[in-house]
Amino acid sequence: MSRHDAGKPEPPAREAWLGEQGSRPRRRRVVLADSTKKSGKALRTIIELEEQTSVGEKLVRDLIRQQLKSAFGLAFAVLIGMCLLPITFYLVPSIGELKILGIPIPWLVLGLAPFPILYGVGWIFRRQAERHERDFVNMVDR
Amino acid sequence: MNATIYSLSAIVAVAAVTFLLGYVGSRKANTTPDFLVARRAIPATRNAAAISGEYLSAASFLGVAGLVLKDGVDALWYPVGFTAGYLALLLFVAAPLRRSGAYTLPDFAEARLGSVNVRHFSTFFVVCIGVLYLVPQLQSAGLTLTTITGLPAWFGGLIVTAIVVVNVLGGGMRAITLVQAFQYWGKLFAIAAPTFVLFVVFLASPDRGTQPLSDDGVVRFPQAEKITVAEQVVKVRVDEPLRLKVSGRIDGRNADGSVYWSRGVYELSPGTTLEFTAGSPVPVVEGSPTTNRDWSRPQTGGISELIRTYSLIFATFLGTMGLPHVLVRFYTNPDGKAARRTALHVLYLLGLFYIFPTVLGVLSKLYLPQLLVNGNTDAAVLMLPETMLPNLGGQIVGAIVAAGAFAAFLSTSSGLVVSVAGVVSTDIMPGKVRDFRWATVFTGLVAIGLALLLPRSDASLTVAMSFALAASTFCPLLVLGIWWRGLTWVGAVCGLVVGGGLVITAQVVSVVSSYTGRWAPAFITQPALITVPVAFIIMIVVSKATRRRVPADVSQILLRLHAPDPLGFIQDRSIARFGTAEEKARLADDKRRGAGRTR
Repeated sequence: MSRHDAGKPEPPAREAWLGEQGSRPRRRRVVLADSTKKSGKALRTIIELEEQTSVGEKLVRDLIRQQLKSAFGLAFAVLIGMCLLPITFYLVPSIGELKILGIPIPWLVLGLAPFPILYGVGWIFRRQAERHERDFVNMVDR
Repeated sequence: MNATIYSLSAIVAVAAVTFLLGYVGSRKANTTPDFLVARRAIPATRNAAAISGEYLSAASFLGVAGLVLKDGVDALWYPVGFTAGYLALLLFVAAPLRRSGAYTLPDFAEARLGSVNVRHFSTFFVVCIGVLYLVPQLQSAGLTLTTITGLPAWFGGLIVTAIVVVNVLGGGMRAITLVQAFQYWGKLFAIAAPTFVLFVVFLASPDRGTQPLSDDGVVRFPQAEKITVAEQVVKVRVDEPLRLKVSGRIDGRNADGSVYWSRGVYELSPGTTLEFTAGSPVPVVEGSPTTNRDWSRPQTGGISELIRTYSLIFATFLGTMGLPHVLVRFYTNPDGKAARRTALHVLYLLGLFYIFPTVLGVLSKLYLPQLLVNGNTDAAVLMLPETMLPNLGGQIVGAIVAAGAFAAFLSTSSGLVVSVAGVVSTDIMPGKVRDFRWATVFTGLVAIGLALLLPRSDASLTVAMSFALAASTFCPLLVLGIWWRGLTWVGAVCGLVVGGGLVITAQVVSVVSSYTGRWAPAFITQPALITVPVAFIIMIVVSKATRRRVPADVSQILLRLHAPDPLGFIQDRSIARFGTAEEKARLADDKRRGAGRTR
């Protein structure tokens, strides 16, 4: 296998998956029945997206950046929160003496508290991600 | 004897329901997309139950309580990490991975990077992780059956393998979806009901001669105890001098009769029998806290314990998203949005489950300190009901727990066998249904062979190792592949090889060390803290150096991964490759009209 074709995909399977835009179509048949109401412009935006014109690529880049910002922000917060716990326990061992209702605080902090918090963070992300996607679809539609 | 009969009938019942649901699920399964991804038609909540059912393995059902018994509050990082991993999966991977339309992890790698080479390497690591995860399941199945019935250890593993292989042969992914979803609820019941019952028993008679947890001194036996060391050499630490009767070999010398142990570490050979009087201190397996004080307080093990904890957080947080048998379940969702909702629902189901093993672990600390001597703490959950309730009630509760543990082996092993067989059949063989079936048999044989050959260690620890492997290979591949345009196949392969190679080396070293006296330091038994950043850095640096290998169509691929589902960019790669002529025609038709539909 030479250096050059090693990086290339198997053409048939890959093209089938990538579809028509993989081979850069010059012309696109538009079925009239599908373009009711105001979807004329939507169709043009979608074609721009598919063909990745500079506008289309900009749109997708913005969407990805938005989603990544949400994901990274939340993941970072959770990871920092988790990583602070062991070092706190290590440096301030007296936390182990504190109790609520007879149960030491570390047991509550590790055995009970994380699960609702993790679900809550997931719920926030789902809402943000779906809002970004809705905004994107609306923008394409308008 | 009665107890054995109850437990065996409960296990047989679980096996029968598994077969039945598998049969119902697989009646209509006949094409490759059926076997690989269940036609991508599983609704989000059922898929979430199936994922949780598959994910809550022996390591969760038996191992977490056992680790709590052994290591105390620090062991709680396992359930926290196991759950947090799904958050990472939801944040970074779930929806884009589903939208890629891939049907296995290697297929995703090829689709994203446009190289067959990266596909081959991914295949190798999928098989590695799958087998590394499958072996402890089968070994724990053996342990469970031995603990309950006294049958030899190889028998349990063999039974689980046989049931799983037969089920998967029938209908692949389609057969096991219903099975796994049912087994989640079965397992939740099998751990929740006993926890309630035993907790009430504990509240009704809190002391009963057990040592209260508020006593900060060394752990002591509540009653006289006779313990036989099982198959492996055990090192125990004695913190307070004690007198006991032994027969067997201690520190490599024959010993018989009454002996006096001063503070220090003793090595017990297999078959050695120890007799303790009530109230004498418990020699604790080396590496675990010997006093109640250290057990109930976090981070008492010094700096190496701290490193181990961080490594564990890293491995579980980032490793879950790289586990092939978890990812393969996300391919079965109808679209990206459903994949996201599935992951969120999994967070809820796992949180619900993980409350219970912790409580059982604490109870076994009170009632079963003898397990600390030979380190066989995985048996704690199974032995607790009859120790606390030595009557008919305890036998029935014990039977429920046994059935739950068995369900845990079955569902996790099914998922692993399907994911490994899916990859082997489509990447090494032509990918027809017949190949999938052969791959299933082959996977089962290899797994059971290794399970019988390799030494048994704690289920949670071996599983943690496969998390480390996943976190150091597929996690960077997926995260960079989904979010960064610059990834090249050369960079991906280098990262996979270095990250995976480091973890496998560490695993080999720690197996050797477990045979020769557990000398390996923390960063080898828990390598993720080092290997994950290394894998990320190598992928990024090598990709930057080979920038011209970035696929020309990278923008279109990222569009496909991130564009909202209503825009209709998803294309199913499994139908494109394996579908019938009719399905392919429908796919092409959808594609032609796809651009016109916005809703």
